[in-house]
Amino acid sequence: MTIWRSVPFIAAALVLAPVGVIVSSFFVPASDVWQHLIETSLPQLLINTFWLALGVITGTALLGISLAWITAVYEFSGRRFFSWALLLPMAMPAYVTAFVALGLFDFTGPVQTALRAWLDSDLSWFPDIRGRMGVIAVMTLAFYPYVYLLARNAFLSQGKRSLEVAQSLGLNRKQGFFKVVLPMARPWIAGGLMLVLMETLADFGTVAVFNYNTFTTAIYKAWFSMFSLPAASQLASLLILIVFAVIVVEQQFRLRMRYAENKRTERAQRIRLMGWQNWLVTGFVLSVLFLAFLLPVLQLCRWGAQSFAQDFDFDRYLEFLWHSLTLSGLAALLICVVVIAMVYAARRYPSPATRFAVRIATIGYALPGTVLAIGVYVPLVWLDGRLSEWLAGWLQAETGPLIQGTLMIMLIAYLIRFMAVSHYPIDGAMQRITPSIDEAAMSLGVHGWTMIRRVHIPILKPGIFTAATLVFVDVMKEMPITLMTRPFGWDTLAVRIYEMTSEGQWEQAALPAVTLVLAGLIPIFLFMRQTEK
Amino acid sequence: MLKSNLSRFSIAVFVLLSLLTVKPLHAEEVVVYSARIEQLIKPMFDAFTKETGIKVKYVTDNEGALLARLEAEGKNTPADMLITADAGNLWAAAQAGLLQPVKSATLENNIPAHLRDPDNAWFGLSIRARTMIYNTKKVKPEELSTYEDLADPKWNKRLCLRTSKKVYNQSLVAMMIAEHGEAETEKIVKGWVANLAVDPLSDDTRALEFVAAGKCDVTLVNTYYFGRLMKKDPNLPLAVFWPNQKTNGVHVNVSGAGVTRHARHEQAAVKLLEFLSSDKAQNLFADVNMEYPVNPKISADPFVATWGNFKQNPINLVKAGELQTTAVKLMDRAGYQ
Repeated sequence: MTIWRSVPFIAAALVLAPVGVIVSSFFVPASDVWQHLIETSLPQLLINTFWLALGVITGTALLGISLAWITAVYEFSGRRFFSWALLLPMAMPAYVTAFVALGLFDFTGPVQTALRAWLDSDLSWFPDIRGRMGVIAVMTLAFYPYVYLLARNAFLSQGKRSLEVAQSLGLNRKQGFFKVVLPMARPWIAGGLMLVLMETLADFGTVAVFNYNTFTTAIYKAWFSMFSLPAASQLASLLILIVFAVIVVEQQFRLRMRYAENKRTERAQRIRLMGWQNWLVTGFVLSVLFLAFLLPVLQLCRWGAQSFAQDFDFDRYLEFLWHSLTLSGLAALLICVVVIAMVYAARRYPSPATRFAVRIATIGYALPGTVLAIGVYVPLVWLDGRLSEWLAGWLQAETGPLIQGTLMIMLIAYLIRFMAVSHYPIDGAMQRITPSIDEAAMSLGVHGWTMIRRVHIPILKPGIFTAATLVFVDVMKEMPITLMTRPFGWDTLAVRIYEMTSEGQWEQAALPAVTLVLAGLIPIFLFMRQTEK
Repeated sequence: MLKSNLSRFSIAVFVLLSLLTVKPLHAEEVVVYSARIEQLIKPMFDAFTKETGIKVKYVTDNEGALLARLEAEGKNTPADMLITADAGNLWAAAQAGLLQPVKSATLENNIPAHLRDPDNAWFGLSIRARTMIYNTKKVKPEELSTYEDLADPKWNKRLCLRTSKKVYNQSLVAMMIAEHGEAETEKIVKGWVANLAVDPLSDDTRALEFVAAGKCDVTLVNTYYFGRLMKKDPNLPLAVFWPNQKTNGVHVNVSGAGVTRHARHEQAAVKLLEFLSSDKAQNLFADVNMEYPVNPKISADPFVATWGNFKQNPINLVKAGELQTTAVKLMDRAGYQ
């Protein structure tokens, strides 16, 4: 059992290795790059990043929470379908939504072209989709499922009951929602929003399509254009610092509260919506789904059909698909197991040090992909080099690198990046296991593994499924780590998309993108079957 | 239960890993890190394997990541060759000591001097000409003359450019600095920015589409993007103009390669490099992506040939690397996003 105790620290150490590589860059002077940035673009970059983060956080909070509430508590036309269909945009990488949105709504796209011809005007009033609002809209549509999924989890298990309690105490429905339900769902919503924030700060693909300059584009510029990895790493360290500060503040707030599950009772009756209310809600939900998923997929299919004949090779695509699914599956399994162990350890041996270690372990998600990829790669390759030297001395024979060029290195890199993604849902679920539950179980003579199996796992199950789904889909969409650490021949669907988009061939990228989206539906479908009964 | 899951899982991973690390000992092979995407390089590799029996293993990624990876792997790197889509990154790789000089009469014969490293660390394999494309309904070719002229106020609200974050534009500006000096170049770039019809676009294809749709009149792109678009839709009102023909010539960049310092299959890598400069491979470069062969004996693809001949800027591309950082800073100062 004592081995558990060290899990958070091992996990934190894993994340600290790349972060250490990145932060150690501060010992390498790169003052010329800094001075240049400060004199030219840095203020604008910070403003851009601030508005983007604020906009996406606000957008995903509004969309995610409202959709979760509607589907968790009300009954309306198509509710069953929508409650899982609203997760579908999760399978849609943000950079894909971005290039589809531009392909459709930009000056040269079919919408504006048709309108120009039809109205015989230059359409100067048409909103500029390339602007800040365009990026915010695309990211909101791509990232709201994180908030939706976690908030819904909370609302389903306690929302209706809490609302009833609030109403019995004389609050009306609106007051009840804002004063009781929403605060009680806070850890889950905050977790979802943290993921959104980290994803937004780390994003490069989407902002590149829009040529919208953020802090992350500055990192890449310092590195790729000015050949200054130290300057890039220093910028990235600042990003880590910001995210870490946000995490600490958020958790300090949360520490002051305790959350426990309402007594598990029969599922509360849904509130049936009638007449215009029904259609209004259905219309709202449908339009979100349409914009975030149906429209992009239709456009991808249209483009895909154009390039299908010349580009589609069944065996090749089967291979891409197989690689994507294998990697995502293995990663989801590994990450969930590690995170469960970590969360358990933090629960059983609570201490400031453990809490701190858990926080460290979840900041990998905030780093721009390529920066993290190289940060992970440097220490692993170094370790591999030492290991093979030692082995060579021992065996008196050259072994060559051991883990380099294997799936091992990929999985470790994914673990470092995606622990945050599975931490929030699993931790949220763990908080529902109150000490009194344990005490009750023990008073009935249930201990140790039996207690975990018969009491804890059932309570944790929705959280674990949420975590596994999120990680699976996220790994499948992931590009930089996959590109850098994949063994020879292990090309995935995301790699294929990268190759096409790197040449600006959006139409050609449609085919692998559609396949990726379809493959992403598999875990979502399994997830819904597990949780929606 | 958790613990046993974990250990069972790690055993599975180890088995998987040991299966993957078993390497055939005798098969001759070359390992390539390529920033040229698979579709644009595999045909050449296949032809090489067919001719020599040497297998080519490759991974693709972007240049920055590949360079960082080579550096991290040091002498343990499996890579024998680095291929990039521009000269600046090859220069950076050479600068970081990741490439080794290759002395080869074949390469010297096949590749003109300004398209390879004076110290033989890297070699251009295909030419990417960055030229002007204009809207035939809105511009008469007589109006166009040089890159520098696009800074003239007569082009106000008529110019579209790709983002300055793309290395092709960084190389272009770096080469202009080599020619005109920093102060003069900065004036020109500021003029471009003042003439933009829309904010800089994410890629060359988008820039071409904007010109075709009439949002702007002229843009600067690599010719193969123009070729791809015209093959798809031959009716677009777009045409090529070769700038600076009376002065120093069209700006060209190369997609090129070098042998890595710690190559394990050094001989095979040199063989591949020489093959890529040979007639057969040069023809493939011309066909596969409508680029211009570096080897002057080989003619361009027939469709590409219809765009006409042009004089290319003869300054050695090493300048594109040396002056890239200066160029990036200059573009930032000029407000070129």
